[in-house]
Amino acid sequence: MSGFLPIIKRELLAYFRSPVAYVFIIIFLIANAGCTFLLGNFYDSQQASLEIFFLFHPWLYLFLVPAVGMRLWAEERRSGTAELLLTFPVRLTTTVFAKFSAGWLFIGISLILTFPMIWTVHFLGSPDSGPIITGYLGSFLMAGSYLAIASLTSSMTKNQVISFILSVIICLILVLSGWGVLSETLNSVFPVWFSDMVSQFSFTSHFDAIRRGVVDIRDLVYFISIIVIVLMVNVIVLESHNAS
Amino acid sequence: MISVNSLSKKFNNLLAVDQVSFEVKQGEILGFLGPNGAGKTTTMKMLTCFIPPSSGNAEICGYSILDDPLKVRNQIGYLPESAPSYDEMLVGEFLKFVAEIRGYSGMELKRRVGIVIEKTSLNDVENQMIDTLSKGFRQRTCLAQALLHDPPVLILDEPTDGLDPNQKHEVRCLIKEMSEEHTILISTHILEEVEAVCTNTMIIAKGKVVGYGTPDELLSRSMYRNSVTVSLKDEEPRKLLNEFNQLDFVYSVEHLQEDRENVVTMRLYPNNKESISMKLEEYLFEKKAQLEHFSVDRGKLDEVFRQLTAVD
Repeated sequence: MSGFLPIIKRELLAYFRSPVAYVFIIIFLIANAGCTFLLGNFYDSQQASLEIFFLFHPWLYLFLVPAVGMRLWAEERRSGTAELLLTFPVRLTTTVFAKFSAGWLFIGISLILTFPMIWTVHFLGSPDSGPIITGYLGSFLMAGSYLAIASLTSSMTKNQVISFILSVIICLILVLSGWGVLSETLNSVFPVWFSDMVSQFSFTSHFDAIRRGVVDIRDLVYFISIIVIVLMVNVIVLESHNAS
Repeated sequence: MISVNSLSKKFNNLLAVDQVSFEVKQGEILGFLGPNGAGKTTTMKMLTCFIPPSSGNAEICGYSILDDPLKVRNQIGYLPESAPSYDEMLVGEFLKFVAEIRGYSGMELKRRVGIVIEKTSLNDVENQMIDTLSKGFRQRTCLAQALLHDPPVLILDEPTDGLDPNQKHEVRCLIKEMSEEHTILISTHILEEVEAVCTNTMIIAKGKVVGYGTPDELLSRSMYRNSVTVSLKDEEPRKLLNEFNQLDFVYSVEHLQEDRENVVTMRLYPNNKESISMKLEEYLFEKKAQLEHFSVDRGKLDEVFRQLTAVD
């Protein structure tokens, strides 16, 4: 585990030294507000809850999280610092998880900055704090899954743009597979168990329950195992990259 | 300290390093010489456990690069080819980060960072963004990073690449200084560098070792070894050339320069590359020749280099 904290510290410093971090946070906050109040007609729903706020997160993350993750490894390889980082006496697994954790923390910070939403619903009524807490937890876990995928695609290329596009496509598939319209289409062609299976792999179907305040251990396991498995693949990709 | 045993690396169908074996003992500076693309960097990347070898093994301070990569990395200070470092960090921050990752903290960390900043003369730029540094300072920052943990083995990939002559001189002095406590492997394609700093030299071409020895041993392979260049004032240069050709210790004479004001410059090649300077001096003294220039060549490394690495 040695090396874990220094790497997280350095990554976070790298985020906040570049203007991209501030641009990201501002866009994230504006997009959140825009989706909730304009697209989601928050006031018309007449509910003091954050359900609508969280409803759009799978779609927001689709573009924003790959933007956070695309530089994780691509930049390291492009500038040659990978050769330094990977010749320090630190296990590759530690390095991969540390870099991921830094990005995840950064997204977590952005998520915390949406706290005015909590004020708003408290001002408008007396919301149930359970779904708010689980909503944030679920959203954070889901962001982690997106980021793990972005980290993986970032390790496959020196080019950040390619990394971004790849991870958007993979995440899009994982979001769409839980989409009602797609399930119905699949149902008409394939047996029901098939479309069920497809939607089981989706971010949205697992996030929906948590968003509503229902914490099923299986949903948590889903997100955590996506993160762990994808990051392990990330380690293997980096290893095989160097080997060939 | 470093012992390499038939190390090979294959990239797809390209054999980048082919059965390379060598040893570097405590206190030695081995100069790793070869044309671009000969496999120098690849070998170094394998020794620092950045890439795994396709076959073969190497030991650094007794630890195998295959079985104990983390321990190997603890023994090595590595300066990669382009001297990479994180642009968005201050020099001091960067060194502190490396010290932390190497497991130091508190006073010990401060002390170590202080020492390497002193050693590499980075005092003036400690609080400067790496992004804004000149090439020379970047090189030194990356070198400082390699020295932090006071490693027994240093692996430096083209440490003077892209530096101006003053900076080159500084880095070479630094390397020489460090050789007292460290075993050093440096790669370069600058030949003067080898003569300036290395105790041993290894020449590789197309992934194979084609020459090994002290710089002097390699120089003795040169066709210019012990040849003598003389400039004489004489009325009849043609005759003079002939005279020298007759001498029993001279194998051949090469007329080097067009005559100006009756000065002839020629290079005399000895038989079997023996030293002929004494005999020649005596001869010139007896002849009462008007000598303008007299120099003995130890051999030309670039010529040996071309001999050994030429593509046939």
